[in-house]
Amino acid sequence: MKKAWLNLAALAALALILGAAGQWANEYQVRLLNNMAIYITLAVGYNLINGVCGQLHLGPNAFITLGAYTAALLTLTPPEKAQLFFLTPLQWPLSEISLPFPLALLAGGVVAACFGVITGFPVFRVRGDYLAIITLGFGEVVRVLANNLQGLTNGPMGLKGLYPYTNLWWSWGVAAAAVVLVISLVNSSYGRAMRAIREDETAARAMGIDSFRLLMLAYVLSAFIFGVGGGLLAHLITTISPSLFTFFLTFNLLIIIVVGGLGSTTGAVMAAAVFTMAGEWLRVVEEPAVIGGINIPGVPGLRMVIFSLALLLAILFFRRGLLGRREFSWDACGRFLARLRNLKLET
Amino acid sequence: MDLTTLFQQLINGLSLGSLYALIAIGYTMVYGILRLINFAHGDLLMVGAYVGVMGVGMFAWPWPAAFGLAVVLTGLMGVLLERGAYRPLRQAPRISLLISAIAASFLLENLALVIFGGRPKPFPAPPVFTGVFSLGGVFIPRLSLLIPALTALFLSLLFLMVYRTRAGRAMRAIAYDLETVSLMGVNINRIIALTFLLGSLLAGAGGLLWAMKYPQVNPFMGILPGLKAFIAAVLGGIGNLAGAVLGGLLLGLLEIMIVSLFPDWAGYRDALAFGLLIIILLARPTGLLGEALGEEKL
Repeated sequence: MKKAWLNLAALAALALILGAAGQWANEYQVRLLNNMAIYITLAVGYNLINGVCGQLHLGPNAFITLGAYTAALLTLTPPEKAQLFFLTPLQWPLSEISLPFPLALLAGGVVAACFGVITGFPVFRVRGDYLAIITLGFGEVVRVLANNLQGLTNGPMGLKGLYPYTNLWWSWGVAAAAVVLVISLVNSSYGRAMRAIREDETAARAMGIDSFRLLMLAYVLSAFIFGVGGGLLAHLITTISPSLFTFFLTFNLLIIIVVGGLGSTTGAVMAAAVFTMAGEWLRVVEEPAVIGGINIPGVPGLRMVIFSLALLLAILFFRRGLLGRREFSWDACGRFLARLRNLKLET
Repeated sequence: MDLTTLFQQLINGLSLGSLYALIAIGYTMVYGILRLINFAHGDLLMVGAYVGVMGVGMFAWPWPAAFGLAVVLTGLMGVLLERGAYRPLRQAPRISLLISAIAASFLLENLALVIFGGRPKPFPAPPVFTGVFSLGGVFIPRLSLLIPALTALFLSLLFLMVYRTRAGRAMRAIAYDLETVSLMGVNINRIIALTFLLGSLLAGAGGLLWAMKYPQVNPFMGILPGLKAFIAAVLGGIGNLAGAVLGGLLLGLLEIMIVSLFPDWAGYRDALAFGLLIIILLARPTGLLGEALGEEKL
């Protein structure tokens, strides 16, 4: 009971911060906060299948693409679509429909989840490296489809001029919902079974755990979260094209969950926040700078070198990540505070 | 489609397939020994191509020197990759090894981006490799014949190495049982490094040939050929050298044939390989020539 109040208080504090940010933050800071929330949403979903279940899924970009395109096609108004699809007209039912943003987001999630259900059957026939490469293939296949199905996606030209519906409330609201959803799943008996599969699938099955069903549940739920996140992303940047959703996006999410500690939702949230900030701070290295009177030209691409090195070093020397598998809990907080108090009493 | 076009397309498919085979060998050898998909293998292609561009284009070296250096450097890069990114994790959970491979692949790509820039560079093919044969009205680029010929040469050298030398025997033994072989007094680390060296040398040669066939070099050129070659290796039966060659040739022929028979589908060409992969894994996960794999190996 007490914990529920604490949780509500934390949410209220988040709302207060968001309100303050909406009031006083400038456009750049708001954008950063939105980015952060979307990365948190995606990373928490990714951590569910990758960290908690231990299956190296490399296709989040496919699901994000599906969510982004679905949501975008649904929020655009029919005249806007007619204008965008001047080469090949949009397929009939889509060309007439226009939905409010929340429904479009939901639809994005549902379409991605359906794709998850369909692909889940072949995917979970295999494990390990094969699972990784098949899911990696989904990203490629979806990109090829998005490039070629002109009557559905407008091909390489993509969709432009989306209304920027994604604001702080939407992005952080979805992020908070995703975190609550994933944490309550992970803490349930389902979550325990998923962790058992991660540790030793054969043993878990011997204990009567239906590994296929549980992996499918995690996979489809993460697909739904990717889809919604993709919808948010589309309405934040307002222009989407197939080249936006390459393996690069998946790679960023992989860095986040490895650095945060595979399997730790708290770690995923923290690392997503740090990653967004670090991406901005590291812009410095790509810009020309003058240090001590010497002109140093900016090096484009250096940021990604630093990120890939960080991932390599993290996996080589620091495999548990920031948090390992630990999670945030009010009890641990209480213990920490008690220890601080005791320290003060002793000194 | 008339007979001459068909013949031309067959040659095309054969040369593309040979390239896939050349790259697939590296995947299959490493997989046979370590049960690891070396994600960075495709990027070694790019390393070889860039060293070639530097040698021939920028320093204007004679091409045999430049190409030799490119192949050797790519080989050494493969060994470095094993030392740096894979060996420390040999006892770690498999997911860590895979993540390390992906990180290494991104590191190579972005280092190339920083060093050489993102703009694609033209590859100055030496005159030996250019030109067109005319064979009774059929025009065939000389390269399309040279690629299968060179591939055949390299692969026969490799097969000699693997099936006729002591090191090759050790390699095959490790593929069966790494721990037992290490108890027999075989230096495991040296043999694994040798495996990476051989695979990477072939990738270097493949990179040069690829860059001459599609004469543009960019930091991300290795990704797609790498993935397709891996799929070719799975198609043939991963861990099986002859299977990799067969899978490579089949995939190359299939791609070219589908594109030439159904030109409308050309845009979907890159998705074909992945569709094929899903079908193989569903219908016959061991591939065409693979032996039965236990569930744990999958």
